[in-house]
Amino acid sequence: MALLDHSIKQLEQMIHRKEISAEDLVDASYNRINEVDDQINAFLTLDEENARNQAKQWDAASDKEARLFGIPTGIKDNIVTKNLRTTCGSQFLRNFDNPLYNATVVDKLQAEKNVNIGKLNMDEFAMGSSTENSSFSLTRNPWNTDHVPGGSSGGSAAAVAAGEVLFSLGSDTGGSIRQPASFCGVVGMKPTYGRVSRFGLVAFASSLDQIGPITRSVEDNARVLEVISGEDKMDATSANVDVPSYTDALTNDVKGLKIAVPKEYLSEGVAPEVKDAVMNALKVYERLGAEWEEVSLPHSNYAVAAYYLLASSEASANLARFDGVRYGVRSDKAENMMDMFKYSRSEGFGEEVKRRIMLGTFALSSGYYDAYYKKAQQVRTLIRRDYEKIFENYDVVIGPTAPTPAFKIGENVDDPLTMYANDILTIPVNLAGVPGISVPCGFSGEGLPIGLQIIGKAFDERTVYRTAHAYEQATEHHLKRPQLGGAER
Amino acid sequence: MTDISKDQVKHVANLARLAVTEEEADKFAKQLSSIIDYAEQLNELDTENVEPTTHVLDLKNVMRSDESKEWISKEDALQNAPDKQDGYFRVPSILE
Repeated sequence: MALLDHSIKQLEQMIHRKEISAEDLVDASYNRINEVDDQINAFLTLDEENARNQAKQWDAASDKEARLFGIPTGIKDNIVTKNLRTTCGSQFLRNFDNPLYNATVVDKLQAEKNVNIGKLNMDEFAMGSSTENSSFSLTRNPWNTDHVPGGSSGGSAAAVAAGEVLFSLGSDTGGSIRQPASFCGVVGMKPTYGRVSRFGLVAFASSLDQIGPITRSVEDNARVLEVISGEDKMDATSANVDVPSYTDALTNDVKGLKIAVPKEYLSEGVAPEVKDAVMNALKVYERLGAEWEEVSLPHSNYAVAAYYLLASSEASANLARFDGVRYGVRSDKAENMMDMFKYSRSEGFGEEVKRRIMLGTFALSSGYYDAYYKKAQQVRTLIRRDYEKIFENYDVVIGPTAPTPAFKIGENVDDPLTMYANDILTIPVNLAGVPGISVPCGFSGEGLPIGLQIIGKAFDERTVYRTAHAYEQATEHHLKRPQLGGAER
Repeated sequence: MTDISKDQVKHVANLARLAVTEEEADKFAKQLSSIIDYAEQLNELDTENVEPTTHVLDLKNVMRSDESKEWISKEDALQNAPDKQDGYFRVPSILE
């Protein structure tokens, strides 16, 4: 068994028994990256020298008590890391080598003595569902390198699936943690909006963005979220709500749990094999003593349209900061200030980013604001109410994470609307602000992973984890590993 | 069918501080028209008297005391700048 195949808890025990050191873990991580990363390209930047020094430093201290001692970690490249290049997958930030501070989540991981291995590929500014919108490189799905890893946190999911790091952080605005976790056969959690500080997360759509962990197991996931959660004075939208233990919630007991299964989440757009995998998962829950019923979330079908108007509108405002003055790339064509803005942005941003800035600017512009932006905000209210109503009578909502397994590279790139429809099952969760997790629930005929999505009440991550963990422990999907080249596997 | 004209695209591009070529303006006009057309489905819903959601948390003004503290130095703030001079960010001329 490869070292990085153990759980964080097992590794913690091995550290305490002095069987391994942080340096061993970091060695294992870079060895695996050297073996397989040229096949999947999960990383944009490696920070090997600092990581090795850090591991030495942790090992040198007598105190080995830390929740993430020596654990090799990958960070999505839209989460700022002090003095480590942070590009957001964009040419605009290709030279942003010296961010001035760490995101709060990075400081929280460091306080528990993790080791940051490097920065992970993503769709430019997190806009995309396949990581094909990265302006640097194509990340490939470890289960089949002709397929996409999903997105926008495609590098974060692929690196964990390939065993390069124990866990990674992603960000999720409309499904960007859960969908790639589903495509890569790993566990991805989008916490309740406000649960995790967004300070240092380069903003895409501020009312929707959340940072969350991607891991091999539910237990690891719960542990990482415990570390990164909590109110932060640096993020006024982080919630003043106590953070309970998530690992304590993993009781394996779902007797009497009430599960709602929205019929809209199993409609004709969902591939038959995905539907079958979800139905089989529900049978597992029945066997474990949970109950499920079909329900309706009547406004689900409007979520994608509302989301693209809202997220693009917020993005058009957030991305105004990229002006070529303080950081990033400045066009050398400009002779006056206005042209400097325009040329720097046009040269620095890729096509999807420009398209969404244009859409958002249009939706916010005079004469269209009420018809599009305000209308979408009102529809968001209807979608929230759908969930509130369901949660009056049920503990969790369950459905697929994505309508299909990972699609082929190049298959959807020419048609923005088809690509957007991929997020149809994850977007409503961001609009409602509630937590959602994706856990592996089977494989397609082609051997590609399928993800089960479990959605909970606001700030009730405990029930989401308990539900996910009970299923995981009763099944073996999470134990399968992709067959990449390389010595250990 | 919603039709966003090439002129509208150029107007929006200017608001967004993006330079678009004629070719790009054509392409964006078609793509934005089809996205907006798709978004028109929201009009099937009656949203009269529905409060818009700007934010999911019930947040009131989050206040803090206005105290200065150590953050970043001027040198640090300038270190990623494309152009700088005498401790300031340097930009091309603003006036024609």
